[in-house]
This record gives sequence, C-alpha cells and structure tokens, in this order.
Amino acid sequence: MSPAPAIPPLEEERAAGPLLEVRALAKRFGAHEVLKGISITVAAGEFITLLGESGSGKTTMLRLIAGFEQPSSGEIWMNGERLDTLPPYKRRVNTVFQQYALFPHLNVRDNVAYGLRVTNAPSNEIDARVADALRMVKMESFAGARPATLSGGQQQRVALARALVNRPLLLLLDEPLSALDANLRKEMQSELKSLQREVGITFLFVTHDQDEAMALSDRIALLRSGALEQVASPREIYSHPATAYTAQFIGQTNLLRADIRGGAAICGALRWPTSAPDGAALFSLRPEAIRLADTAADSGASSTANKPAAKARFSATVKQQLYGGASELLEVDCGGQILRVKIPARGPLSGKQDFSFSAEDAVRVSE
Amino acid sequence: MYSRAYKSLVSLPPLLWVGLFLLLPYALMLAHSFWMVSDGFIVHQWNLQNYRTLATNPVYAEVLLRSMRIAASVTFCSLILGYPLAYYLSFHAGARREILYQLVIVPLWVSYLVRGYAWKTILGSDGVLNGLLQYLHLTNAPVGFLLYSPFAVILMLTHIYTPFVFLPIYAALEHIPRPVVEASQDLGASPRKTFLRVILPLSLPGLLAGATFAFVLSLGDFLAPLLVGGASGTMIANIVQSLFGAAYDWPLGAAISVCILLITVTLLFLTERLEKRWSF
Repeated sequence: MSPAPAIPPLEEERAAGPLLEVRALAKRFGAHEVLKGISITVAAGEFITLLGESGSGKTTMLRLIAGFEQPSSGEIWMNGERLDTLPPYKRRVNTVFQQYALFPHLNVRDNVAYGLRVTNAPSNEIDARVADALRMVKMESFAGARPATLSGGQQQRVALARALVNRPLLLLLDEPLSALDANLRKEMQSELKSLQREVGITFLFVTHDQDEAMALSDRIALLRSGALEQVASPREIYSHPATAYTAQFIGQTNLLRADIRGGAAICGALRWPTSAPDGAALFSLRPEAIRLADTAADSGASSTANKPAAKARFSATVKQQLYGGASELLEVDCGGQILRVKIPARGPLSGKQDFSFSAEDAVRVSE
Repeated sequence: MYSRAYKSLVSLPPLLWVGLFLLLPYALMLAHSFWMVSDGFIVHQWNLQNYRTLATNPVYAEVLLRSMRIAASVTFCSLILGYPLAYYLSFHAGARREILYQLVIVPLWVSYLVRGYAWKTILGSDGVLNGLLQYLHLTNAPVGFLLYSPFAVILMLTHIYTPFVFLPIYAALEHIPRPVVEASQDLGASPRKTFLRVILPLSLPGLLAGATFAFVLSLGDFLAPLLVGGASGTMIANIVQSLFGAAYDWPLGAAISVCILLITVTLLFLTERLEKRWSF
C-alpha cells in the first residue's frame, strides 16, 4: 500500500488531451535565434526532460513556459487555454530554480507558505498544507530555520516543497540538482522520481546530464542549437537514436560510415547484413553491442540457423583497456578503424581478438 | 609576516590623524561645554551652567526641534525621490541604466556652495521661479515664501542629499538576486505583492542607511539655512556658529554641539543595529 499523496491532483483538472502544448515556439535575442520553432506536447502526469548542451535553448524554453520571457513567435497552451499571453503570476506553473532562489528574509515555513499567502488561500488551510509539503520533503524539523543556515540539499528540498505546495499543473525544474555533489545528486534523483509518482504532477525537467535524463524521465526531448533533435522514451532514444548527434550525446557509440551494396553494409574490415537500399549510410553501434567471440555460444551461432546472417564477426587488436568495475572498456583497432567495445569484466586482454555483433544492433542514423 | 616595526610605522599616520583631528577636538569640545564665559573670557571652571541654560531657555529646544523637523522632512522627501529612482534604475532602466546612474552622481561633483547660490537665484523674489510665475500670470507680485523659509531649506537639502539616499538603496536593490524576484512572481505574487513582500523587505537595510545619511547630514547642516533659510529657517548649527563667532560663547556652543553629537550617535547606533537585523 502506498501512502495517500500529500498533495492530491484535483480530478477536474485532468482534462482529456495534452496538458501542455507548445506550437512552433521561437525566441530570438537580437540577431541570435535561441529557439527555432519548437513543437511538443506533454501529457498530464508525465516526467519529461529537456536535455541539451549549454546554449541549446533548454533554459530559454523553460523561461518561456514560466513566463519570464516572451516568445518571438509561436504559442504555448495549457489545458486548452492560451498560456503565453498570461503574466507569470497567473500561470498554474511553478518553478524550482537552479540556485533555489529561496527568500532570504523568510524562514523555511514562510518560504513554503509564500505561494499560498499571495494567492489568498484560506488561512485555515495554509498551516496544514505547509506542514504536509515539508513532511513530503522531510524538512519539517527545519521549519523555523533561515535558508542561509541550510545546506544545498536542504535548500533544494525547501524549493521543491515551496513549488509543489501551490498544486501547480506543471512543475518546471531548471537543473535543480546541478549544484549538488555527486552522492547527494543520486539520492535526490531517486527522491525526485518517487515524489513525482506520489504527487502525480507533470514534471518538466531541464538538464545537461544525459545519465540524469535517462534515469528520471518518461520521455526525453533532446534539444540541439534551438531545435528538437529527437523526442522519445529513454529506452527508445538509446536503442534507436534518430541521428548521429543523438547517438553520440546519449551514451557512447561507434559511428560507422558504411557503403551498402546488395544487402550488405561494408565499413572497412566490417561487414554486416542490412535491409537498407544501396548507397552510403551512417550506422550507430553501441560499445556493449560488440562481444568477444571466443565463447562456445558464439562460435556455434552460425549452426543454430535461427538468424544465420544476422551476426557480424571481425578480428581486431586491443589497443587500450580501461577497467570499470563491472565492465571493461576496450579500444580496438580493426584494420585502421578504432572501435570502442564494452564487455563484462574478464581480466586483461591483449593482441588480436575475435569480436562479433548482431546486425540489428547497428542502427542506421541520419547525419 | 610584517615586522612589529613596520606595523607600528604604517599604523602611526592614521592613529595620529584620528587623534589630532577627531579625538582631540571632541575632547576640547566636551571640556569647553563644562566651562563658562566671564567678562568676555573663557574661564576654565567646571560647572553645568551651559546645560542648565539649554534646559531652561526654550529658544534652544525650539530651534533643535525645528532642525529635527526639517531633517525629518528632508529624509522623507529624499526617500520619496531616491527610492523610486533607485528602483527604476535597478529593475527597469535596461540599457539607459549607466547614463542615468551617472546623471544622478554628477551633481555630487558640483560644489555645495555653488548649488546653494543656484537655489538662491531660482527662488529669490526676482529669481527665475518668480519670474516664470509672473510671466505666466499665475501671480502678480513675487511669491515671498519661496526663499528665506524652512521650505527653501528643505528643498535645497533634499536636492543635495537625494543622491546620498539613492546610492545605498540602489546598492541594496542591485544585491537582490533576480531569481528570487522571479520566484515570487512564479509563486503567484503580482508585481505589487512582489514589491511589498520581497523587494521592499530586502532593500530595507539600504533604505535605512540612506535615511540615516539624509537625517544626520541635514541635522548638522548650517550652509543651507544660512543661504536660503532666513530667520524662520534657522537651524541649530547656525546657533552654534553664531555662539562660536559673534556671541563669543564657546562653552554654550560646545554644549549644544555635545547634544547634537549625542543625538546623532544614538541614532547611528540604533540604525546600525536595525540594519544588522534586517540584512541577509
């Protein structure tokens, strides 16, 4: 049995259709085009991440949704109502800021109560709702403390409680974990995920950290210089990257520039079957898709005849081996072409080795 | 590490400066306030006669009260002008901010005396303002109360001290992190509520510092009342000046100075404590 959510989403607000709809949203700062016509819809209750390098426009997009910037063109709709024409204080959107932005002159309780007070919530409700929100982020014992006396992680929790207590339809999180150290970050990631499940509020999360995006999101929207590169679930975006950029940004990969002739892709010494038409093509092959081919199962693969042509085999020289605990990361030289290979830890390797991969793991990507 | 000799060498000039030009004059002033004048000579005889005079003769209390009223009015007017100016520059001036900031600061480079005479020229009975009023046929004869009145003193002192009020408020407003202001709007506060609940409280230390500047400096001012105050605009510093000058009653002048000093120090002490409590 899971406990009742501290802040139950109001049922009548769960309208059919997408919660958030962004239509051809563009933003220019002078001559610089930061967002180039973004269109995306977000479903109610979804945890969606805007992922991108710095300068990709992800923070600008968040600020447009929050109302701190005005779009140059395009529209934002929420629950069937135009959002981008409203001032920030009239939007049922709350933000967790990168540097938390707690009110320095108010204690933790008053920080959390702020949103309820300024929106004239019934005063007999305020105390209970603030206490609930503080309990939710495990900060009830710090209610009387000033923000300056709190650690980064604690301020982060207060900022979360402050943003959630208003029961927003959409919570925006602007790299909220980037100021925390690595361990605390991991801890907060899992708390954030379970908190989102608990309150059922839609989270729009901005980060430049692809691991964080993979771990937390229902869907990832990858931004590249102001345009959407790909929008998909973490599993989909990892296993079927649409572009070379996506394949390289999310996880590590080997990009293989191959020539296709008669149902076979040829890239240097590598050769594997493909259904793609003849011509030049680019493929992404994840390092962990390549295996050492010295096991009995692999050597017998051709005789099982299930997918006789689906395996590609090659031999290559191990140039470098990095030990990563559970795995080994190899750099191998296959006829002048350097490939990255990730295999389960198995001790030092050297010299020429045989490797194999399934043809279906070589995913065709566009430039 | 610096040697002891070096440390004493560099600390000597400031200590000498403070001792010669601050502590010694204060000590002399305090001593004088307990002496007396007899037959045109200062007699070094310890007594409380001067303070008794101040307590019993209502003229001094009256002028002191008027001075405090004028100083309070100047403080109020400077805040009314300085705060919105600082707020506009900090939050809404955009690209014009630099030039506007310089425009606020520039008057500080002009001599106090020059500005005083400028006001005389503007406010006098054949001055610029009266000329304009008569030219527009708003009045037939020159308006008298403009010059040589408490009004003129307040006007001139407000003009002179508004930049001093502006600067600490501007610094305090600039110090407010913008995400904090955005967070307020994000949480549902209108611009008015954001100002009242976030911006104003966070700028209070600057506001207090500015108000203290304006009040303390105006309270001890003697040039403005001398130039534009006339008889009805006389302030306590003018009394002190005349006691040290023509009246040749240094002990009584010193006693008044001690009183002003006590008021000022008490005020500075209180505002300092408040500023500490309100700073974040």
